[in-house]
Amino acid sequence: MSAVSRLPRVPLRGHPRRLALVLAGAGATGLLIALPLGAVFYYALRDGWRAYLGHLSAADTLHALGLSLLAAGVALPVNTAFGLAAAWAVAKFTFRGRRLLISLIELPLSISPIIIGVAYLFVFGMQGLLGPWLDACGVRLAFNVASIVIVTTIVTSPCVFREVLPLMLAQGVHEEQTAVILGAGGWQTFWRVTLPNVKWALVYGVCLSFARSLGEFGSVAVVSGSVRGETNTLTLQIDLLYHDRVQTAAFAVASVLTSIALVTLLVKTWVERRESSSSS
Amino acid sequence: MPRPRVIPGLGLTLGTTLVFLALATLLPLGALVLKTAGLSWSQFWDYATDARALSTYRVTLVSAGIATSLNIVLGVLTAWILVRYEFPGRRLLDSAIDLPFALPTAVAGIALATLTVPRGPVGALFAPFDIKIAYAFPGIILAMTFTSLPFIVRTVQPVLADLEPQLEEAAAILGAGPVTTFRRVILPELAPAILAGATLSLVRSLGEFGAVVFIAGNLPFQTEISSLLVYIRMDEFDYVGAAALATVILAFALVVLVSMNVLQSRLYRRFHG
Repeated sequence: MSAVSRLPRVPLRGHPRRLALVLAGAGATGLLIALPLGAVFYYALRDGWRAYLGHLSAADTLHALGLSLLAAGVALPVNTAFGLAAAWAVAKFTFRGRRLLISLIELPLSISPIIIGVAYLFVFGMQGLLGPWLDACGVRLAFNVASIVIVTTIVTSPCVFREVLPLMLAQGVHEEQTAVILGAGGWQTFWRVTLPNVKWALVYGVCLSFARSLGEFGSVAVVSGSVRGETNTLTLQIDLLYHDRVQTAAFAVASVLTSIALVTLLVKTWVERRESSSSS
Repeated sequence: MPRPRVIPGLGLTLGTTLVFLALATLLPLGALVLKTAGLSWSQFWDYATDARALSTYRVTLVSAGIATSLNIVLGVLTAWILVRYEFPGRRLLDSAIDLPFALPTAVAGIALATLTVPRGPVGALFAPFDIKIAYAFPGIILAMTFTSLPFIVRTVQPVLADLEPQLEEAAAILGAGPVTTFRRVILPELAPAILAGATLSLVRSLGEFGAVVFIAGNLPFQTEISSLLVYIRMDEFDYVGAAALATVILAFALVVLVSMNVLQSRLYRRFHG
């Protein structure tokens, strides 16, 4: 967030009190972020590159990577479509219960992922509402790959919405109204007017959604059944390796997810630079 | 807003949204509450208030409360220096603040735990003073502080940047020192934003699972959080027990969200008429 202050930023030279504030704030926050980040790569590479690459190319890890990519691959398009549709409905129209709707959409980010996983099983598990009936039809949606994919999609569903909504709200409805009055259809207005206006926020939302769906842990742990080499995602694999005390292997897998998180931050920084340079 | 509506697509977009919400959120949460509703009131009360459950509520609430308080101080300070001062590494820090949003919580958990075990690089600094971080209470607070760090910075930052410079000039001309100006002029302006950020931070900390389970040690009656107990009950095939606990946690999160929302709009009205 490159918030541009109404006051110019002041340099610190000759202001010991300001310098102390900066040292305290930047020091504490910087360490809180940098130490875990450094730890991931330090422990991942502690036994050298060969061991590192060996851990990454282990069969179980590659299988977990495939499963995580599958979950993210389904979650991403679904959440992008849902996020854009929901943001359009909320930002371009007024209706009763709009704030309640926003809270409901964002609920999966606010409650414990364990609750979501457990609630999911009460629908699709054998003890659940629909589980026994689906089972009789030959459909299983618990403790398998399908359940991992669905739960990941649910937990990360607000990601795109949250990034796109503030921008859509700020831009209002005038451009869309103009487009429609000039004869554009709904889809045309969306593709030619709305989407270009929010594209950078959308890019970041999609990246964040990708990082979050690859890294989802709690809800997936509940519904997966964690069968080694079968229903293990990357984060479950980290959990397994960590508790097997294969520390460098756990951190090697973690370093992949950390790199994706870092790329996401880079995209965000880049997107904000573009936005601030196009608005000024 | 257009009246009559000019922009098309309300039916399609709102319909899609509601169908998705009904299937993805309302159906599972409804099923959870339904499962709990199968219990009699006294059975529910027994599950929800047994000694182990009560201790998880205490651990979760106290550590989330402390983590949020820490984040208020750290978040306002960080937002302040990012907006007001120019220093080397400012842009890097500004970009790095969002890391906890993008980093998987399980990764944060193993990294923080490995750093702070008694023989880890950070834990070793505290071990001589007999302070345990990992596998103890401070570890839970650390994990929650890390995962909810961005909320307060990101809600306070834009408000701080948007403050009228005249306010502070007037305070200074009237003889207020920097501390008084901050406390009496700036802080009240920031209050709604701080409250909004603190709500997000608190709710996130209450629901945090991945980062906490790796560092907490998870000893029943000592360092066990509520989400973990739900997970354990599911693992033991005690479905009604899990449902009762999960319902309590869900209800609590909803109460916090709603009451903070009400408080926030009151605060906003008080300061802005």
